[in-house]
Amino acid sequence: MTVAIAPTGQRPEVLRMQAVGKTFGGTVEALRDMSLTVGQGDFISLLGPSGCGKSTALRLIADLIRPTAGAIRWAGGQNPGDLGVVFQEPTLMPWATVAQNVWLPFRLRGKSFPAVRDEVRAALRLVGLEAFHDSYPRELSGGMKMRVSIARAMVTRPRLILMDEPFAALDEITRFKLNNDLLTLKQRIGCTVIFVTHSVFESVFLSDRIVVMAARPGRVIRELAVDAPYPRDDAFRTSSEYAAHCRAATAALHTAMGEAA
Amino acid sequence: MTSAEPALPQIDAEERARRKAARFERIGKWTLPVIALALGLLLWDRIVVWNQIPHYILPRPGLVLETLIEDWAILFEALLVTLQITLMALAVAVLGGVGLAVLFTQSRLIEMSFYPYAVILQVTPIVAIAPLIFIYVDNRLAGLLLCAWLVAFFPVLSNTTLGLNSADHNLRDLFRIYGATRWQKLRYLQLPSALPYFLGGLRIAGGLSLIGAVVAEYVAGTGGLKSGLAFRILEAGYRLNIPRMFAALILIAVTGVVIFAGLSFLSHMLLRKWHESALKREG
Ligand SMILES: Nc1ncnc2c1ncn2[C@@H]1O[C@H](COP(=O)(O)OP(=O)(O)O)[C@@H](O)[C@H]1O
Ligand SMILES: [Mg+2]
Repeated sequence: MTVAIAPTGQRPEVLRMQAVGKTFGGTVEALRDMSLTVGQGDFISLLGPSGCGKSTALRLIADLIRPTAGAIRWAGGQNPGDLGVVFQEPTLMPWATVAQNVWLPFRLRGKSFPAVRDEVRAALRLVGLEAFHDSYPRELSGGMKMRVSIARAMVTRPRLILMDEPFAALDEITRFKLNNDLLTLKQRIGCTVIFVTHSVFESVFLSDRIVVMAARPGRVIRELAVDAPYPRDDAFRTSSEYAAHCRAATAALHTAMGEAA
Repeated sequence: MTSAEPALPQIDAEERARRKAARFERIGKWTLPVIALALGLLLWDRIVVWNQIPHYILPRPGLVLETLIEDWAILFEALLVTLQITLMALAVAVLGGVGLAVLFTQSRLIEMSFYPYAVILQVTPIVAIAPLIFIYVDNRLAGLLLCAWLVAFFPVLSNTTLGLNSADHNLRDLFRIYGATRWQKLRYLQLPSALPYFLGGLRIAGGLSLIGAVVAEYVAGTGGLKSGLAFRILEAGYRLNIPRMFAALILIAVTGVVIFAGLSFLSHMLLRKWHESALKREG
């Protein structure tokens, strides 16, 4: 089933960052004055050079660290299971099978495996790894491990999924494939994603909103809308529309780098 | 510039050499120690014969073997006693070591308060503590166990502590994001992460508890209880029954090897599905 997606700006709000700042140890200003409203179904990329506070922003949203300025609010309050996270490394438990890894978010909420077997299977089917249910992570390739990680992040059908450069360590071919599959997945389950990347091409291909950031101090420089409709496929990658968006994002990124230097 | 073609036979030669080395490695691993042992025994035997050394100073290897068979009843009984203490000490070392490690990782306060004393217990030689222990601990079995435990628990403690703290930091974040309780984090993340480290400590502790058991028995004497191998060695020494000393020594060494092999096997079985150390490498 495809979830109809309302135009950006008219979607129900999921989460709002209000003038959020984070200073480490009183001296390192990792993030300054970041405001962002995340709507349901948004695919937002945080794009910027390393050190511009992308990971810090995600860690703030995940409540792993507290902001030193501003506030982050979930519309309607946050419940456990509202958030799914994918890191740059697959971050699987090597001693557990693929299915047990995907079960983890449920397990930590006290749900037995039989109780959620169907959800686990469905998540693995969505990432095309149903056959690897009982394999151990070390038997899988890097791309497959990342798929398991994605299945784990979405198995609870969270309201928001955070992805911190999830495909940065993969080869280009695998990355393209995973980009396509991620969009298909998004179409199927209508998830909301904040995606960190330093690849212009990746951000344009995937997102409907790109937040361009600069470093020292980490801050938002500009927000770009990529209004090409989903579903997007390989044809989009070669379209002039895509090229135009890439040019715009690259220009914004150059500004960001220029201001930072 | 060199073309690629002449390089091919060279790689083949290299590959051949590599295979040869691998085969040598495989066969040599077993045959070479056996050959060395046979040569050593032969040399030992010849030295005794050539120098006409009396058997109460250095027995011939054949005599040691004879004694081992003849005295088997006594020695085997002693072996069981020593083995019992060793295994009990190892069990207590595991419980105590893992228990303390878990306590240490749960409470920084407890760790800071007691870790230094764990180190002190570890670095103080057991032969220096043992006589005191037998003054204050009436029950001989309890005294022996305590000695063996003191020697064996530290590697389990320190390795397990290291393992509990070495869980992947992203996984730790993930557990926090999903609101895991302390107990869930311990059970599903820290303990499995610690398993390979624990098993490494266990292998060391296995050998150490045998050492602890033997040393404690030397210090304790018999005192009414059944005697273990160490006591049999002492006793045989007083009677100048050197062949029996050698026979008992061999039994102790074999016991140590068997314990080590057993624990290595256990470790392999527990880790073979997922841990790098148990991966079969190619070639
Ligand atoms: N825990 C921390 N303590 C101190 N400084 C930090 C910490 N985390 C991040 N920083 C600093 O904050 C800045 C932004 O880091 P980060 O958010 O990881 O950037 P990005 O993910 O965009 O590469 C960097 O200069 C980094 O050194
Ligand atoms: Mg980062």
